[in-house]
Amino acid sequence: MVSIWFFIGISLLVNGLLILGAGLYEWQNPPAHPEIVLFKLHAGLWWGALMTVIGAVYCYYFKPGQKKT
Amino acid sequence: MTIPYAFIVPARLVHLSPVDVIIVVFYFALVLAIGFYLRGRANTGEDFFMAGREMTAWVAGLSFLSANLGALELMGWAGSAYQYGILATHWYWIGAIPAMLFLALVMMPFYYISKTHSVPGYLKLRFGEPARAVSAVSFAFMTVLMSGVNMFAMAKVMQIVLGWDINFSIWVSSLTVAVYVTLGGLRSAIFNEVLQFFLIWAGALLIPILGLYEAGGWSNLKLQIAQRASDQYVHLWSGLGSFTNNPMGINWIGIVFGLAAVISMGYWTTDFLVVQRILAAKDIRSAEMAPIIGAGFKMFVPLIVILPGLLGLAVLPMKLVPESVAAVTGAHSYNDVLPLMLARYCGPGLLGLGITALIAGFMSGMAGNVSAFTTVWTYDIYRPLINSKGTDHHYVNMGRWTTVIGVLISVGTAYLVMQFASIMDYVQALFSFFIAPLFGTVILGMLWKRATGPGGFWGLLCGTVSSVSMWAWVKADPSALRYVALSPHAKALAQDMFQALWSFLVCVIVTVLVSLATKPKTEAELTGLVYGLTPVPSVGNIPVYQKPVFWAGVVGVVFFVLNIIFW
Repeated sequence: MVSIWFFIGISLLVNGLLILGAGLYEWQNPPAHPEIVLFKLHAGLWWGALMTVIGAVYCYYFKPGQKKT
Repeated sequence: MTIPYAFIVPARLVHLSPVDVIIVVFYFALVLAIGFYLRGRANTGEDFFMAGREMTAWVAGLSFLSANLGALELMGWAGSAYQYGILATHWYWIGAIPAMLFLALVMMPFYYISKTHSVPGYLKLRFGEPARAVSAVSFAFMTVLMSGVNMFAMAKVMQIVLGWDINFSIWVSSLTVAVYVTLGGLRSAIFNEVLQFFLIWAGALLIPILGLYEAGGWSNLKLQIAQRASDQYVHLWSGLGSFTNNPMGINWIGIVFGLAAVISMGYWTTDFLVVQRILAAKDIRSAEMAPIIGAGFKMFVPLIVILPGLLGLAVLPMKLVPESVAAVTGAHSYNDVLPLMLARYCGPGLLGLGITALIAGFMSGMAGNVSAFTTVWTYDIYRPLINSKGTDHHYVNMGRWTTVIGVLISVGTAYLVMQFASIMDYVQALFSFFIAPLFGTVILGMLWKRATGPGGFWGLLCGTVSSVSMWAWVKADPSALRYVALSPHAKALAQDMFQALWSFLVCVIVTVLVSLATKPKTEAELTGLVYGLTPVPSVGNIPVYQKPVFWAGVVGVVFFVLNIIFW
């Protein structure tokens, strides 16, 4: 049976990559008048990267076929 | 003339970009995929209703917490933090942690070794059929109504935040929940609740991080709140000496005895919506550890709920108003503070994740209600009262159909609420009527072997009737609050606390008196159900750091220190 933690890894990995991609795009193409406060911190970039790393670790560690639950 | 609630439509708060939409759609696809994947593992009653009783402590613990962490809870308490300040944290700390630890160490062994499917099921074993019938019918009725109310509230939030059509939100979310719970039963609900737990944290944690950065740290935040509101907005206990010294209009007696000792104990130890997750644990140690793990995380939920509300007080340029004023003026209400903070800090991608967190919160709450309703209906109403000779396969099919019917009744309730918004107030008040007396009945049943079946039944009934009576009294004559809450300065929240306290006491007194006047059960009949007559199973010969009592101690110490820090 596929571990619940693998599903969580998939969710974090896919969402992380999407947010990281959006963050990278905004970093390279900053809007003239950002709609959000603290735009300069590029939160999407590092939050997306963090989620991607955690998601990848979960996916690897709990990938189907392992005996962990 | 009253304008139907659903037709008051303020301008939307945020606009989603394509990447945000992809994140939301991916969430729906993933929860459905989990439901389809688990459909082959819900063929027996134990699988469908109890998730095979094979959940680890972590899965059961996170699911236990997630079932309570609905988006109404997130948005409502963030709004309360804006309105009342850090006092709202009491509902997460003293109003939760002691009760969760009590459940783990004292009550869980009895639930677990009795192998009951539900809390009404325990009442049947301990007090007999009448007590179970009162508890099961009231729980099933209120659960499905609450599910509908939550569904409407979610659709309303999506309309306000995103401009989504209210019918679209109701049907998409309810059908998704119906599909994955019908296919995979409790296991599917639990798996999705754990997923939703992660999404809620991932989507909401950025707000306090960026908010504290903008406010200049906790010390500066406190100064700004003191300037814009009051110094009492950042103190947990120092203003609770009297009803007039704090923004909530409550005193420490209401918090300690009403909230912590009765309402919180009642909710966390007898509300089957949350207890069902623990009953699915694979062994006694996991069943005890699960609420402790839940308590550990519960202590930090104020980071993503209370802190954004406090930050809103300090950094938002506009002043938020009560819901009733917002409906007339079009201004933002207290309950909008979390979406407003989300829109303030989150750009493309992060916004989609935040919205997904809100949707996940709503759906975990809805799935929790539906799966609990399904179990109580099938095992505590249908099987004992309608058809007691069905096969296991028959009851599983009944569970699947009940899931669908429960969702459809919830949808009907949502549309009913749409026409009569005031129902929301009544339903939420009604739900609280049953919690406090039920706790009195269950705790006496577990700890006092002299309690009898008639005692349990009449105590539960009289406690519930007294709670309804007090509520109706204050509804008819608002000045009666001074008698219920023992002070002319008491406000609405104080009423709930004192009402719970009195109804609990009525339940206990009636149970004791009737029990003393009726014939007790023999000790042999009570074995496995009552403290002192039951060999409590050991968690095994394991190192100290693996024992539930050790981790309960750790959580207790952190809880104590946090209360001192924010005194």
